[in-house]
Amino acid sequence: MTRMKSKWLVLFIVFGLILTACGGGSDDAAEEVVADEPAETLDSPATTAAAAAEPDAPATKVCLVLDIGGLGDQGFNDSAYLGYNMGIDEFGVEGTFLEPDEGGENRGELLNLCAEDGNDLIIGNGFLFDVAMAESATNFPDTNFAITDSVIDPANARGMIFAAEQGSFLVGVAAALKTETNKIGFIGGVDIPLIHAFEVGFVAGVQAVNPDIEIDIKYASVPPDFSGFGDPVKGKEIALAQYEAGADIIYHAAGGTGIGMFEAAAEVSASTGSKVWGIGVDQDQYLTIGGAIPEVQEFILTSMVKKVEVAVYNAIKDTVNGTFTGGPVAEDVESGGIDISYTGGYIDDIKDEIEAYRAKIISGEIVVPSSR
Amino acid sequence: MKIRLRLVSFSAPIIALGLAVGLTSLILLGIGKDPIETFRMMFEYGSTGKSLVSVLNRTIPLYISAIAVAVGFKMGLFNIGVEGQYLLGALLAAAIGTSFAIYRPIHIFLIMLIAVVASSTWAAIAGYLKVYKGIHEVISTIMLNYIGTGLIAYLLSTVFFDEDEKNAIPQTVELPESGRLPSLNNVVGIEDLPNLHGFLPIALLLGLIYYLLIWKTTLGFDLRVTGANPVAAKFSGVDPKRLTIIAMIISGAFAGLVGMGPLLGYFHQYTIDFPPGLGFAGIGVALLGRNHPLGMLLGAMLFGFLERSAQILDLRGVPKEIETMMSAFILLIVVVFYEIIRRYIVTQQIKDASKKVESST
Repeated sequence: MTRMKSKWLVLFIVFGLILTACGGGSDDAAEEVVADEPAETLDSPATTAAAAAEPDAPATKVCLVLDIGGLGDQGFNDSAYLGYNMGIDEFGVEGTFLEPDEGGENRGELLNLCAEDGNDLIIGNGFLFDVAMAESATNFPDTNFAITDSVIDPANARGMIFAAEQGSFLVGVAAALKTETNKIGFIGGVDIPLIHAFEVGFVAGVQAVNPDIEIDIKYASVPPDFSGFGDPVKGKEIALAQYEAGADIIYHAAGGTGIGMFEAAAEVSASTGSKVWGIGVDQDQYLTIGGAIPEVQEFILTSMVKKVEVAVYNAIKDTVNGTFTGGPVAEDVESGGIDISYTGGYIDDIKDEIEAYRAKIISGEIVVPSSR
Repeated sequence: MKIRLRLVSFSAPIIALGLAVGLTSLILLGIGKDPIETFRMMFEYGSTGKSLVSVLNRTIPLYISAIAVAVGFKMGLFNIGVEGQYLLGALLAAAIGTSFAIYRPIHIFLIMLIAVVASSTWAAIAGYLKVYKGIHEVISTIMLNYIGTGLIAYLLSTVFFDEDEKNAIPQTVELPESGRLPSLNNVVGIEDLPNLHGFLPIALLLGLIYYLLIWKTTLGFDLRVTGANPVAAKFSGVDPKRLTIIAMIISGAFAGLVGMGPLLGYFHQYTIDFPPGLGFAGIGVALLGRNHPLGMLLGAMLFGFLERSAQILDLRGVPKEIETMMSAFILLIVVVFYEIIRRYIVTQQIKDASKKVESST
């Protein structure tokens, strides 16, 4: 009996050694696999081989650190990733993108790591990076930093900020002109000042057209819970309740949560027979979400487009050209970084009125509020 | 003979590490990455001066968390609630600790005291529920984690929210200078490296306190006896109800100190970024270190090292999640091997005993 057991023990150890040896012995094969598939090496960012191949012409290195929600949110993070890829394609820069762990010390760690690794530009996608990036930018004064939706002190850090309230105002105008029930909904991702700008701008736009319209405002989560930016199930739940209460158009500023809202729009439209709408955010969601989920496409009235990709692309372009500057770089309806989408053609009939409001915002006749 | 058996039991973590490396290598091969190169990168990056500081900073809370869990384990009590206990303690310590400024050592001591009291009170609820309501501590501590998370969210976004206009997200007011623990960099002569959290010596001291408590006091003896054989313990005069509540309170007290390294040494305030998950990670470290103060220290350092060294991987095109899998492999394998070895040792001891009996007759 005892002998049997010690035999097993020996077997296990031998098995372990074999496994370890296996793992070690076949590294040549692995190298070949990687070398044979250049496509795969392209997918995996920052290959050391690429850097070593051209020692005398070092490519500009860019590091993008994404935030909560991560890749695939059909919005904010995907926009930044798009701009990053545009930069890679156009300027041949060497890129790396990272996603932070749940905890916070990791943000600073990743930024520092990118800086130590010799990146020329480090982009933190989201205002949550503010404290960490201010520290990192101070420690690496020769590296360019860029942060989305926030402005920080160090001179080598660019704050890419967006007048989201202006675009939200325009989709508010569109919603007010299109509603038949005079009831409209708003779904915010997380109850924070950044999203309040979307809410306040939207409300101002609706009321500029018709102050009697009722607006139902809901948030998916309250900080410190940031799940509201990536919770489609919750988005669907809130939207269903709002549609049932009589709203026929809902605008979301909730990242991935908004996908659930469009699903709810399709479901309610099918079951009641009268069409309800959703308004997208960040990207032209008629194309992004509508492209990924065709059955919801016809319910996407318009989108408030926040072109994070343009800001990210510009930061890369300026770094490559040596014209990078720190400080705030604001995008609004005048610069085109904030826009309303006409894709789908559902609001073409009211285009003149919307454009009239856009002109008034640009001329300063209308000043859209950005905080409650 | 005894030494030989002891050596055998030390082999389990080493075998687990080896097997985990092997399994991880297979996965790396499966996704077309070179395992040797991957481990070389991890080791090279993980052994730089900056990384070693980071490893030690990560070790501090992991180690204390493991001690908190181990106190319960020693008497067969599963405190899964270290997670909620340390977060709640850290929040209250950060929020209340900022309301006064006094002589630094006293200030820091009071902040730690607030955390300890808050966390052990939270843990005591689970002890009370077990003793008087018969609710298993695994269930109650898990539920208390959820309640704690909700309570923290509420407190942080209302009463403790530093509503400064520049603050976009909920956070407490920053601790005054006297409530911050200076780094150890000057003491150990590493001025050019990142801050080494000043909580390190306190963590080591806690390890010593844990050792003395469990192996050199009557209370510790009672805990160990109850863990080994509850029935025998009861008949020898141990009051299991009282002991359960005391064990939960002590476990919670250690848990309260888990968040103090990051709070006093780095964050100086409680924000939504305050590191979560340390309570659960501590369970793994306690398992790996077999509730022994030195074993857990090594375990915490190992996990701290793996976590830090994995950060380089994404930059080199290898998914860093590979490290999470490797840690899981280590734990899974080590649990199996401890059991195999325990049985082996028992049979060896029986054999030795029977030999003695034979030779004496």
